Amino acid sequence: MDISKKVEQLKPSGIRVFFDLVLNMKDIISLGVGEPDFVTPWRVREKAIFSIEQGYTSYTSNKGMADLRKSIVYFLNKRYGLKYDFEDETLITVGVSEGLDLAVRAILNPGEKVLIPEPCYVSYGAVVELAGGKPIFLKTSVKDGFKLTAKQIEKACTKDTKALLINYPCNPTGASYTKKELQGIARVVKKKNLIVISDEVYDELTYDFQHTPLSSLQGMKNRVIYLNGFSKAYAMTGFRLGWASGPAKIIAAMTKIHQYTILCAPITSQIAGIEALRSGLSDVLEMKKEYMRRRRFVVSRLNEMGLDCHMPQGAFYVFPSIKRFNKSSLDFANDLLKKKSVALVPGVAFGDSAEGHVRISYASSYENLKEAMFRIEQYLRK
Amino acid sequence: MNEILEILAQDARIRPEEIAKLTGQSVASVKKVIEKFEKDGVIVKYKTVINKDLVKEETSFVRALIEVSMTPKKDVGFDYIAERIYSFPEVKSCYLLSGSYDLLLEIEGNSVQMVAGFVASKLSAMPDVRGTVTHFLLKKYKEDGHVLKKRKQKQKLNISY
Repeated sequence: MDISKKVEQLKPSGIRVFFDLVLNMKDIISLGVGEPDFVTPWRVREKAIFSIEQGYTSYTSNKGMADLRKSIVYFLNKRYGLKYDFEDETLITVGVSEGLDLAVRAILNPGEKVLIPEPCYVSYGAVVELAGGKPIFLKTSVKDGFKLTAKQIEKACTKDTKALLINYPCNPTGASYTKKELQGIARVVKKKNLIVISDEVYDELTYDFQHTPLSSLQGMKNRVIYLNGFSKAYAMTGFRLGWASGPAKIIAAMTKIHQYTILCAPITSQIAGIEALRSGLSDVLEMKKEYMRRRRFVVSRLNEMGLDCHMPQGAFYVFPSIKRFNKSSLDFANDLLKKKSVALVPGVAFGDSAEGHVRISYASSYENLKEAMFRIEQYLRK
Repeated sequence: MNEILEILAQDARIRPEEIAKLTGQSVASVKKVIEKFEKDGVIVKYKTVINKDLVKEETSFVRALIEVSMTPKKDVGFDYIAERIYSFPEVKSCYLLSGSYDLLLEIEGNSVQMVAGFVASKLSAMPDVRGTVTHFLLKKYKEDGHVLKKRKQKQKLNISY
């Protein structure tokens, strides 16, 4: 039986075997988790439970519940001064993942190119390819703090470059951009007439400066598809809830695909999302405080033991270099898992240019982090 | 709250070296701040939260909350009489409250008789105490923000992107 050529040609993840190994192991310390270690705030969970008791178990409108869209629009305005219309500029999606898929499918014609800074989240290249586009990876490195520069974008643009897909704070590097850096990027984006798909799901976890949405910069709102979700800020990964805000024309196109493929995000999650926005920010700030401490702790311990590690500005990942150990990131991760029962994610999962690094997630309890750092140190000393 | 206090409130056993790493301050300055807090009485004591229901060797013990109504004393108000009450070792906590009564006490003893004896012969016998209401505690679920029941490990994937 034949499957689609396009799917067949999708590059399989080189670390699937490693993932399966880790998933089946017991009694390991995992620093490989891409979700908060906190549980969804009780207020939010309680609201979801109550809604089920009350019988809220139906479909919602394709775009998502009006109350949720209104809450989001209000939140974006209060938090960032953004002005979006809840009727035709906002769409509720099943996590940012769906929003991203919809965005590329809504804008790309066959063969059109999308610029993606690398290292990047694993799905970016694949969703662009599935949408018929061509991902162009722009390599960033530790010496630039894993940040994309305006010059790189300008150099990479050809006549069929349609969009830039950017994620900040970044999974896996933790890099983020200041307002000034974003202004530089915005300038070249406008000059080259690109659409920007901006995945800002880690926005609330920005530590050293204020997060600036790209769409808040002058002249950018009409060319940015702003993606965000509830997973990271409110520890709601399993609720699968996100949204897209952007130009009405693009949101309408995304809604068209969404209504045929997904219909709507789960109603329980949407009701939980309304509650999260209403009352969740204090929990978010508590979490952020905790992450800031762990970030300092982990970076300082890693550097102490000789794993060169830049200070990430957001998310809950650090991305140290393992180059001086003369091992591929996969071998390093495998060896550490076998010898010390500590799991982390080999950098190569996030693109070829991420080889020589590993991703360590500090979304883990302080006790776990302390023990894991001790074990990594022992492993390096042997 | 001060960041060092926040960290210590979560874990009294954490060492200054670790606090230094968590806060990005030097070990010396962390130590200095803690010493100052101790000296000023901001840090009263380092203690452990114990679920006494699970302590096996304890033969029996009883806890009660007691509401106390008082007549405030001229010039010294409630503080004078409160001090006379909280100085009894049986009194584990003592709060001055607004509302229909004045003091709330948490009492611990070996038996119901002991608590009853304390109320009858010590507390009620004080000239400024107008009345008491005693509630025996049946179960403690949460103390100072810590749920006493050991929670099951939550199911999360070991690894994810």
